[in-house]
Amino acid sequence: MNPDAQNPPAQNSSAQSPAAASPVERRIALRKEAGSGALIGYLPVGFPSLAESIDAAVALAQNGVDVIELGLPYSDPVMDGTVIQAATQKALAGGFRLRHGFEAITAITAQVDAPVLVMTYWNPVVQYGVDRFADDLAAAGGAGLITPDLIPDEAHDWLAASERTGLDRVFLAAPSSSDARLTQAVDASRGFVYAVSTMGITGARTDVDSAARILVERLRSAGSTSACVGLGISTADQVREILAYADGAIVGSALVRALADGGVDALGRLAGELSAGTRDAAASN
Amino acid sequence: MSLRTESGPYFGEFGGRFVPESLIAALDELTEEYALARTDPAFAAELGELHRSYTGRPSIITEVPRFAAHAGGARVILKREDLNHTGSHKINNVLGQVLLTRRIGKTRVIAETGAGQHGVATATAAALFGLDCVIYMGEVDTERQALNVARMRLLGAEVVPVTTGSRTLKDAINDAMRDWVTNVGNTNYIFGTVAGPHPFPAMVRDFQKIIGEEARGQVLELTGRLPDAVTACVGGGSNAIGIFHAFLDDPEVGLYGFEAAGEGIDTPRHAATITKGRPGVLHGARSFLLQDEDGQTIESHSISAGLDYPGVGPEHSWLASIGRAEYRPVTDAEAMDAFRLLSRTEGIIPAIESAHALAGTLKLGRELGKDSTILVNLSGRGDKDMETAGRYFDLLDEGATQS
Ligand SMILES: Cc1ncc(COP(=O)(O)O)c(C=O)c1O
Repeated sequence: MNPDAQNPPAQNSSAQSPAAASPVERRIALRKEAGSGALIGYLPVGFPSLAESIDAAVALAQNGVDVIELGLPYSDPVMDGTVIQAATQKALAGGFRLRHGFEAITAITAQVDAPVLVMTYWNPVVQYGVDRFADDLAAAGGAGLITPDLIPDEAHDWLAASERTGLDRVFLAAPSSSDARLTQAVDASRGFVYAVSTMGITGARTDVDSAARILVERLRSAGSTSACVGLGISTADQVREILAYADGAIVGSALVRALADGGVDALGRLAGELSAGTRDAAASN
Repeated sequence: MSLRTESGPYFGEFGGRFVPESLIAALDELTEEYALARTDPAFAAELGELHRSYTGRPSIITEVPRFAAHAGGARVILKREDLNHTGSHKINNVLGQVLLTRRIGKTRVIAETGAGQHGVATATAAALFGLDCVIYMGEVDTERQALNVARMRLLGAEVVPVTTGSRTLKDAINDAMRDWVTNVGNTNYIFGTVAGPHPFPAMVRDFQKIIGEEARGQVLELTGRLPDAVTACVGGGSNAIGIFHAFLDDPEVGLYGFEAAGEGIDTPRHAATITKGRPGVLHGARSFLLQDEDGQTIESHSISAGLDYPGVGPEHSWLASIGRAEYRPVTDAEAMDAFRLLSRTEGIIPAIESAHALAGTLKLGRELGKDSTILVNLSGRGDKDMETAGRYFDLLDEGATQS
């Protein structure tokens, strides 16, 4: 139905020169140049409240998180495990509206300079209007979108809107993806490619699959210069291990649990520990 | 242009594959294997033999004149999917998908279920083929369809009550998808209706279209002509598309889908997706759905667990958008009246889902008049609903004795 979607415009080449790249690519490239890689931290908007979720995101950046991934709560989050589901359900019950997402981005980017990517399931964007969403996201100072249930094949409208606004678009790559699909994900993505560490959903795991390392190697062969690994990462050791081969490590459930159990202070402490993992990697290189 | 040849991923502007990348390889594999299977005479022969000697196909048609006396005198003919082994149309689809599972070499099957009929059919086929089986069912539904939970467990399946969200079918699908993403290496997802990502809408439709193919010939033989209208209840839409499909290219045959209107479409408690929803993306496909302004899915309500779903299959959204089929709401009360009426006039206790089609047919018959013939898909039997019906009519009888 979408003939263009078969061949999305190649944008990733901009990652070669940090000066011309998007803020997210630039941030990741800078951390690599420093001998390590980026730490990307996920938190949902509106949990435990809108104000606290803003403070929490700011605390991430103040404790060494390089890129903030802000999740928009959604009624049917099929990629999320129990920790994130519980948090986003609470946010929805607390009255979360899409406009709170834009308000949060404005408030966060006013306080810290870490780029803010929005993680959202696709239907809320469709209902808001893809172009209107892109415009309001750009106006709020957001860097782009991570779309867990939108594959490049179905992303015609979003490819066009992100092209027009210059927003990043992060597509997922899975261990089960064919080589052709990895190439498509690399070509369609800007900012980074989200390498799914394991077959599964979000949630802390004790060991991160060797599948992640192989997937990142395959993404490199497909031309990626910005591949970040997510799902199941919860400790500084895992961050260190992943940054030995990937450009970034994404932590979600562990941060959400820290926020749920111990508030912003506990969250800040965990973020600090995790980011120590990125500095150790630099030191040992 | 033939409407019968559509095979996805899109039906007009509806359908597609809005799923995590992790599932694409599995969907591609299913699509390819299904394409091979559907032209493989050995596959057709094996499925045909299961239909004949296990399910009991072809299912019969039954003309119901005492019931029809309440439908403006129209001739009413039931397609008896209630007589299938396991008690509903769901087995038609499950047997096809289980044969496909064996073909792709997977040893574990998972499924979502609302009324429990799809879960029972899946557990049954898993027992027959020696597959591990896990069924996801909303906690609300495990309570109102407790008998089916017991059936599934007896058949050797693990039933997982889902406690997230509205604790009904929509949330069972979410958890089944999460299981599939995690265990896709050895697991096939036996989807129960014509919703979900491609290839499910087209594949499940193909496995269900035998209903209409049989019925078209049976009605022609009985009455000498095509029916004026074909009716069915619509949850996700598999029994409806199953009986509609053979008639899509017969423009003189009206197609009517009856959605659950719960306590009424002007209340928040209904499941009338096409009547009250608008297009969006849910469970892997673009289709009509019940949602708020922000695109958050709205919880549906119906007395019937199998129709209690805020989405609908993309082919129905397409048929509605081009005006080929009409979708109308039927309330809990109208459905329960028809449930009792068919029981008392014809000695056939329908599933509460199917009772929605019967209630819609009563009204439609009065519109079409007494020279008309209406073919109704009686998608299932009411054994599973006896507790709900018992409770409902005890309440109703208090009022009734006063009148
Ligand atoms: C007897 C019966 N009819 C209808 C349905 C609704 O499903 P569909 O709309 O896919 O036919 C169900 C679902 O559980 C059912 O059990």
